[in-house]
Amino acid sequence: MEKSEKTVLENSSINADADIILHTEGITKLFPGTIALDQVNYKIYRGKINVLVGENGAGKSTLMKILVGNEKCTKGKVVLEKKEINLNSPQDAMNYGISIIHQELDLCPNMNIAENIFLGREIVNRGMIDEKKQRDLAQKLIQRLEQKINPNTLVSELRVGAQQIVTIAKALSQDARILVMDEPTSALSTSEVETLFRVIYELKEHGITIIYISHKLDEVLRIGDYITVLRDGHIVAEDAVKNINMQWVIEKMIGRKLERLFVSKKHKIGKVLLNVEKLTLPRVGGGYVVNNVSFKLNEGEILGIYGLKGAGRSELLECLIGANTLVTGKILLEGRDINGRILDRIQSGLALVPEDRQRDGLVLTMSVGNNIILASLKKLLDRFGLYIESKKEKKVVDDLVKELSIKVSDTNSITESLSGGNQQKVVIAKGLLTNPKVLMLDEPTRGIDVGAKHEVFEIMQKLATQGYGIIFVSSELKEIMAMSDRILVMSKGVIRGEFTKDTATEEQLVNASVDENSIKNGVKL
Amino acid sequence: MKGSSTTPKKTLHSMAKIDLLQLLLRGRVFLALVIVTVVFTLLSPGFLRVANIIIISKHVAINALLGIGMTFVILSGGIDLSVGSIVGLSAMIAGGFINEGIQLPIFGVIIFPHIWMVIVLTLIVGILMGAINGLVITRFKVAPFIATLGMLYVARGLAGLRNNGYTFSNLVGRPEYGNTGFERLGAGDFLGINYSIWIMIVFAVIAYLVSMKLPFGRHVYAIGGNRRTAELSGVQVNRSETIVYMISGLCSAMVGLIIASQLVAAHPATGTGFELTAIAAVVLGGTSLMGGRGSIFGTVIGAFVIGVLVDGLVVLGFSTFLQNIIKGIVIVAAVVVDQAQLRMQERIRLQKQELSL
Repeated sequence: MEKSEKTVLENSSINADADIILHTEGITKLFPGTIALDQVNYKIYRGKINVLVGENGAGKSTLMKILVGNEKCTKGKVVLEKKEINLNSPQDAMNYGISIIHQELDLCPNMNIAENIFLGREIVNRGMIDEKKQRDLAQKLIQRLEQKINPNTLVSELRVGAQQIVTIAKALSQDARILVMDEPTSALSTSEVETLFRVIYELKEHGITIIYISHKLDEVLRIGDYITVLRDGHIVAEDAVKNINMQWVIEKMIGRKLERLFVSKKHKIGKVLLNVEKLTLPRVGGGYVVNNVSFKLNEGEILGIYGLKGAGRSELLECLIGANTLVTGKILLEGRDINGRILDRIQSGLALVPEDRQRDGLVLTMSVGNNIILASLKKLLDRFGLYIESKKEKKVVDDLVKELSIKVSDTNSITESLSGGNQQKVVIAKGLLTNPKVLMLDEPTRGIDVGAKHEVFEIMQKLATQGYGIIFVSSELKEIMAMSDRILVMSKGVIRGEFTKDTATEEQLVNASVDENSIKNGVKL
Repeated sequence: MKGSSTTPKKTLHSMAKIDLLQLLLRGRVFLALVIVTVVFTLLSPGFLRVANIIIISKHVAINALLGIGMTFVILSGGIDLSVGSIVGLSAMIAGGFINEGIQLPIFGVIIFPHIWMVIVLTLIVGILMGAINGLVITRFKVAPFIATLGMLYVARGLAGLRNNGYTFSNLVGRPEYGNTGFERLGAGDFLGINYSIWIMIVFAVIAYLVSMKLPFGRHVYAIGGNRRTAELSGVQVNRSETIVYMISGLCSAMVGLIIASQLVAAHPATGTGFELTAIAAVVLGGTSLMGGRGSIFGTVIGAFVIGVLVDGLVVLGFSTFLQNIIKGIVIVAAVVVDQAQLRMQERIRLQKQELSL
């Protein structure tokens, strides 16, 4: 752990006696292998919009989970209205008037709006649910949010924006004083965002305290009153939003070490390795997830694919590895047509490090060693091809653990106990052991700390110099620009632009990545 | 680290205690076996006589064999409710082969297969039934619970149909047909130990090696632990899953053969409810019903715990009703301990981490 990195708390111009409704004292949260939060003193101002920003893995979600009772902190306390409170369950938090609207909307799609709003707190009359009363109350809540939706509508029939409104109504029905909104706009269209903002201002006028978490910095600056920046489990800065600008936020979020984070080495780019022609994946219910995508990848090249969430980047990689059977198009690896099962594609030299390593990349119940060898068991068989030779197994695992400097005391320990960065390296090790020619990394730095990011970048550069072709998907501009030799920008399943390392600017990438709607509204990072 | 010098020492001491407790929890199946054995030995001297141990092991062999197949299924994240019915069907198939032979009306002949052939053919039938389970589950995406529930009825129905609900009795074969000796499977012994116990040992050793040393074994653990990861890592999930049910079918058929041989008769209701005892043995042995976690060794010990418990209670003259109550409590208690151990592991990991900060 880098203890030397002293973080100076800047709260230069916050009024000392501003009204604080809730604060935390020395909140620390340990997860197996990592410190998610380290001595966090977080202040929330009454009746204001308190925005919380930070990179993935900075600890925002964990902090919120503690505030809403989903997670218990290892150390520290939560103080509401100058009184320490105990939050053991979401119910406790609700009783104190703290509610959260999750990034993934937690609604039951098979039930209607009124039923969802009163789920778990049904209004009962003589043992039976009083549907009429629920409906009327739901109607009132929705009207208060200036919406016109029939409370009898099934949630599955609502658009995402309307579902968001329902979750807000649900929170209001619980008499929330403090409302946490975790990335509320990530799935909304521009006009829906405007509606949401109006609702938020309205709530603020009614004296409700809002905690607003977002990656979209322009939104944050527009809507926030106070801003708090988390980095690697520490609060690194807090200030009133009127005193700061975008530059300030980015600087605080990423830290001053940004320039040294990326590893740049000269590597030779060779002949064409992978040739993708007109790859298309239809979307269930019309349209395309991946639409007519063609590109080439050369030996020793790092090809960045940039785009927003839902642009079809992960799906493109899944098509390449063969996880989707409805794909049309051609994939040529060293001139040979590859298609068919995942196993065959892995054996011909494709390897995927998936975006969600816990869901797609690892078997958490298995040991580190078993995870690493999972895709290459055939190579470890004895000379009769019958059983796995322990000696070979141990050797390849130890070699890879050393090569990628995976920090694990015993390769027999369960993968779950590793930190995010080390888990990521286990997935990369699994990919490398299959002897790929092309390594596809989908958001490899998501949710891992700065040190581990640096190591992942080093690994990428090393592999590129060894002649691997690397496809690097990322939604973080800085890293994609620093690491890639060439950048493709995807939006709505289509490749919208191609840039070389020297010609790409942040402006161009962002413009290519957003659809026309948002360009009009001038979304910039 | 801040704090006085005594604190870390004290924590280390308590950590050592926790480590011991954890060790005991990890070996809890074994511990349970030791405890029940000791208790019954104290209550009923002579419980540990060799003859008695062999009798118990004979009973255990049935459950252990079914449990071995079931372990593969549960490790892969599935469940097999059809094993009891396949036991019954296999018994009837074997009984039919011995008493009626294979009738080929077109040629006007009846073939009486040799006992070895009877065994092989019956095992193949068991494997086929398992394969049907596997195919229904993997090809038609039917939940394992439902698919094998269906097979539970179908196989039991087929067992009844085979002889219109009647028992095939006196399965000794006839010397002139050259198909004698079936009863030796159940009654014969080698080095004083009943064949069924040897079969259990052989199956357990092979199953252990398959689960630990063969790529297939790793695949089963991976599928149970995280199906999607397994798929993306090139594991042929459907194939492995089908094989898992085939193994379970094979084990069931083996049990059907053993029981038919021990009784020298095949009854269509043979094996009713066996699936639940098999699941109990697996769960007692520490295999998680969620899949991905557990071992063959644990299952065998788990089967022994149930066997010793049941036979011990019988020796002590407990009624069947009380036996059932105690069996039920033990099974649930095993899972409670299992969960406690998981939570504790997590806590210990965090504590160690805190210490190392």
